[in-house]
Amino acid sequence: MADLRNNFVGIKSPNPFWLASAPPTDKAYNVIRAFKAGWGGVVWKTLGEEGPPVVNVNGPRYGAIWGADRRLLGLNNIELITDRDLQTNLREMKQVKMDWPDRALIASIMVPCEEASWKAILPLVEETGADGIELNFGCPHGMSERGMGAAVGQVPEYIEMVVRWCKQYTRMPVITKLTPNITDIRKPARAAHAGGTDAVSLINTINSITGVDLDSFAPMPTIDGKGSHGGYCGPAVKPIAMNMVAEIARDPETRGLPISGIGGITTWRDAAEFMALGAGNVQVCTAAMTYGFKIVQEMIAGLENWMDEKGHRSLDDIIGRATPNVTDWQYLNLNYVAKAHIDQDACIKCGRCHIACEDTSHQAITSMVDGVRHFEVIEAECVGCNLCVNVCPVENCITMEPLAAGVMDQRTGKPVSPIYANWTTHPNNPMAKVAAE
Amino acid sequence: MPEGQFKEGIVGGRLAPDQYADNFSDLHPPLDHHEALVESDRCYFCYDAPCMNACPTSIDIPLFIRQISTGNPIGSAKTIFDQNILGGMCARVCPTETLCEEVCVREVAEGKPVQIGRLQRYATDVAMAENKQFYPRPEPTGKTIAVVGAGPAGLAAAHRLARHGHDVTILEARPKAGGLNEYGIAAYKSVDNFAQAEVDYVTAIGGIDIQNGKALGRDYQLSDLIRNYDAVFLGMGLGGVNALRADGEDAEGVTNAVEFIAELRQASDLSGLPVGRRVVVIGGGMTAIDAAVQSKLLGAEEVTICYRRGQEHMNASGFEQDLAAANGVTIRHWLQPKRVIADGGKVSAIELEYTALKGDKLAGTGETLTLVADQVFKAIGQSFVPAALNGSGAAIDLEAGRIKVDAEGRTSLAKVWAGGDCIFGGDDLTVSAVAQGRDAAESIHRSLTQG
Repeated sequence: MADLRNNFVGIKSPNPFWLASAPPTDKAYNVIRAFKAGWGGVVWKTLGEEGPPVVNVNGPRYGAIWGADRRLLGLNNIELITDRDLQTNLREMKQVKMDWPDRALIASIMVPCEEASWKAILPLVEETGADGIELNFGCPHGMSERGMGAAVGQVPEYIEMVVRWCKQYTRMPVITKLTPNITDIRKPARAAHAGGTDAVSLINTINSITGVDLDSFAPMPTIDGKGSHGGYCGPAVKPIAMNMVAEIARDPETRGLPISGIGGITTWRDAAEFMALGAGNVQVCTAAMTYGFKIVQEMIAGLENWMDEKGHRSLDDIIGRATPNVTDWQYLNLNYVAKAHIDQDACIKCGRCHIACEDTSHQAITSMVDGVRHFEVIEAECVGCNLCVNVCPVENCITMEPLAAGVMDQRTGKPVSPIYANWTTHPNNPMAKVAAE
Repeated sequence: MPEGQFKEGIVGGRLAPDQYADNFSDLHPPLDHHEALVESDRCYFCYDAPCMNACPTSIDIPLFIRQISTGNPIGSAKTIFDQNILGGMCARVCPTETLCEEVCVREVAEGKPVQIGRLQRYATDVAMAENKQFYPRPEPTGKTIAVVGAGPAGLAAAHRLARHGHDVTILEARPKAGGLNEYGIAAYKSVDNFAQAEVDYVTAIGGIDIQNGKALGRDYQLSDLIRNYDAVFLGMGLGGVNALRADGEDAEGVTNAVEFIAELRQASDLSGLPVGRRVVVIGGGMTAIDAAVQSKLLGAEEVTICYRRGQEHMNASGFEQDLAAANGVTIRHWLQPKRVIADGGKVSAIELEYTALKGDKLAGTGETLTLVADQVFKAIGQSFVPAALNGSGAAIDLEAGRIKVDAEGRTSLAKVWAGGDCIFGGDDLTVSAVAQGRDAAESIHRSLTQG
């Protein structure tokens, strides 16, 4: 039986599924329900400075996009950090940690970018017995207008500075949560690393407008006729988040820096993919907000089953396994040749592969052969682009078949070379490095 | 001389030989991988799901469907088997249209429920094809339990007891285990010898010894079991068939529907199975439908179900009634049998009397109808035959002719539990028998381990 126990920067939890800092972790009531349902840990919703509580809007906080069957694909929110009193949160955190010692409890923190502010809050958090802190440098709405959240996360120098303060004023492990609203995610990760962070977590939410009401011409969610960009999350952001995780995992400057993966994780498979790309564990929010905390049961059972089937005994067997396979385009093997193949028994003759190829690609799929509706790949035209596979409604009907070395590629009229060769050495590349004679 | 369908009398070979396999193929063919993904995608993962609450075994349906949708059919099967080790058969025979699927929020909203039964079959088929066993047999406890009857209740009880490390001996009167899964239920609901495959799957846990041909009251007494075992679970079926109470019902050609179904299920060659040209089935439940539809599938020219009350009173579900209609069975209501008319000792017709409700009471109107028939099936209910329990020792308490049990399945006798069709208060469903057997096993386990 696969062992799902997770050790993330010394923080232990019975499984790698944490709830991200967000509405589901705002108070003891929710967190206890989450632990009862089986979540391995929580990152408590972001704490702010002592003082007058944070104020939220009193209208819609969430917007969404849906599939045709109204499956929630992406969620956007304009809720701020916790609007509850700091002392109440600290008191509840301490009690919950005492009652649930085997679960991870991390405090998310966001205070002004001043040393005194961080110095003041860290001992209070430490006193709760929390296992670690997460620095909220990602929140893209509201707080960022006040110089916090993403406003810090978009300035690597600030990140490094604040991380340094935190490392100086607390013994707790520091996880730096990054905003994706930046051009190159490696820069803030490097800054956090330089400041001495124990880990990074990403992604926070993406600036977004989920829709526009075409009667009132107001963006959604709409507050009294106006809207503000919110933070986008849910299944739709997963590919963006995974790329950012991989970028940090394979960056020579941050290689080995633990990563807590966040972004649209909904099933065990999503979690496994993030971990394969280098995440040491994962954080979930939208799936829980859509389906309730019970969703973690599917994640735990599914991950366990997959690991058992593949013979992976512990999470260490899978974490980072895909990282070495993420590379730059210039290093992809240009001598690898694949051709689409249509399984005629599986084909339902919808014609989508043909029209996608005919109208928008390489005219490599027939539509009519000898007067009969028939869809077949013309190998002499097929560049192996995979578009037909992606538009085909039947699973495994169209597959990409690699050509073995030595086999004639009918498109080029040349046999497939057995030698790995990429753009850096390609004759068409003016910058090609000529191999030493 | 008329041949085939039109041949007079009760004869076999009414159809072309290859027609039988077609007629008795899977009623609901299994979903393929893609179909299962598409169907599972329709589930909303409801909170406090109505389907789960409607399931007598309380299977976590939203979770198992989600596990199918995330590519984990093995985990899905475990979710099912955790609650119902006979989840494979229940997926085939449960009247889902009156249980989980009836209350599915998509049935209520759109009239199109998630096909829970077929999804359950998909997941359990995957696990059973791999013979994936989820429950390791713990160290034997040394406790022994006798289970009477290898039907759904007995098998479910035995498996749960074996999971707790107890040794179970199942005593089964018939030559094969499975109970109604093997001897009842229409053949097209359980093809490819699934009942026996399931018995093998359930007993593979170890610690379960099935002894066939051992009938209570004939080969051993209840008092023997109480003396020789730490606990006893009674999981017998219903041995008696209610009489028509019509004149002449002992004529040749008047048959118990359950016997006909059992014979059909055990037949190695369906073409050899005799059936009448004009068949009348008396009754309004599942057994009546199973007998009628299968008579038609065997090649009977004309099959009529006669039920003494209205369509709305039938025990057979709407789906089952539609199935009968689709197969060419005529269902007639407000008719009760009055007299079987025989010719040379053999049934030639049945005289029925129209009925009506007078207040709450059903009464004949005096008007009669005669249907030509060469075969009449009795399907008006079965009864528990308690005589087998009356060996030496104290008598077990009955209620309305069946064994009285408490909420945990305990009978009036110490060390004796009961479940399935033989107890009072059940609903004659496979899935309920499984729940009762499972829960009685938990009660037995508690009593054996907590002193």
